[in-house]
Amino acid sequence: MSPKIILFLFAFIVWCLFSWVPDGAHLLGGIVVALIVAFMMGDLVIQRPHLMLHPGRYVNFIFLYVPVFLWEVLKANIDVAYRVVHPELPINPGIVKVKTSLQSDIALTLLANSITLTPGTMSVDIDKDKSVLYIHWIDVRSSDIEAATRIIVERFEKTLRKIFEEGNKE
Amino acid sequence: MSQTLGLIFIIIGLAFDVFGCLGLVRLPDVYNRLQAATKCVTMGTCSILFGTFLTVGFSAAGMKALMCIVFLVLTTPVAAHAIARGAHRSGVALWRSSVVDQYAEDREGEN
Repeated sequence: MSPKIILFLFAFIVWCLFSWVPDGAHLLGGIVVALIVAFMMGDLVIQRPHLMLHPGRYVNFIFLYVPVFLWEVLKANIDVAYRVVHPELPINPGIVKVKTSLQSDIALTLLANSITLTPGTMSVDIDKDKSVLYIHWIDVRSSDIEAATRIIVERFEKTLRKIFEEGNKE
Repeated sequence: MSQTLGLIFIIIGLAFDVFGCLGLVRLPDVYNRLQAATKCVTMGTCSILFGTFLTVGFSAAGMKALMCIVFLVLTTPVAAHAIARGAHRSGVALWRSSVVDQYAEDREGEN
């Protein structure tokens, strides 16, 4: 499948969900718009279409990544609420450096987003050439690169590598 | 039943939104404030939207609420990331009691 077809289907589904409940006129408009979008942007958005054909990746995404992500988001919120309500403001902030072994754009984006929404951490900048992320940490427990990497990054890295990078050679 | 559940989700969402706004007022510098704003406000707003979806069901408004959850989760961290990076690059200092700033150490030679 070429990237344009995949993007066409994706854009069309999003259009249908936004113009719920679907009827004839909406579907026709959606086909036209999705065709234009797919024709203009197909090769920009999806760079490795062969990865989209592995059902295992979707299973991993839904059953390994999403539950961990939701649980961490909940913990993050309770953590922030506790720190904000506590009269003495128990914060100990700083910007630390962590390493990552992920390479592809989408995996790095999701890793940075996950770090931002998980307890006490927020990504500030990324250096793709050195594979380094700069993380603002509200309660710095270690300024050592290895230890900080172990605490912050490894929760998500393994899952994201399984979803987006393994078997990338084809 | 789903009405009650929806109301519970909306109330939880409102509570976390309030905590997020409190964080904006109480925390000391722009980076800590962004932490409170992104985390609490993302989940609070998503929770309100999900409550709306439960209340109105699979109608036009309910589907749009679900789509908004997806877009919020994808875009809020990116916006926070951009603001934090921009703030640091334009020289906004960290709070005086901050422990380390390895980003500034690494960027010293570049400017």
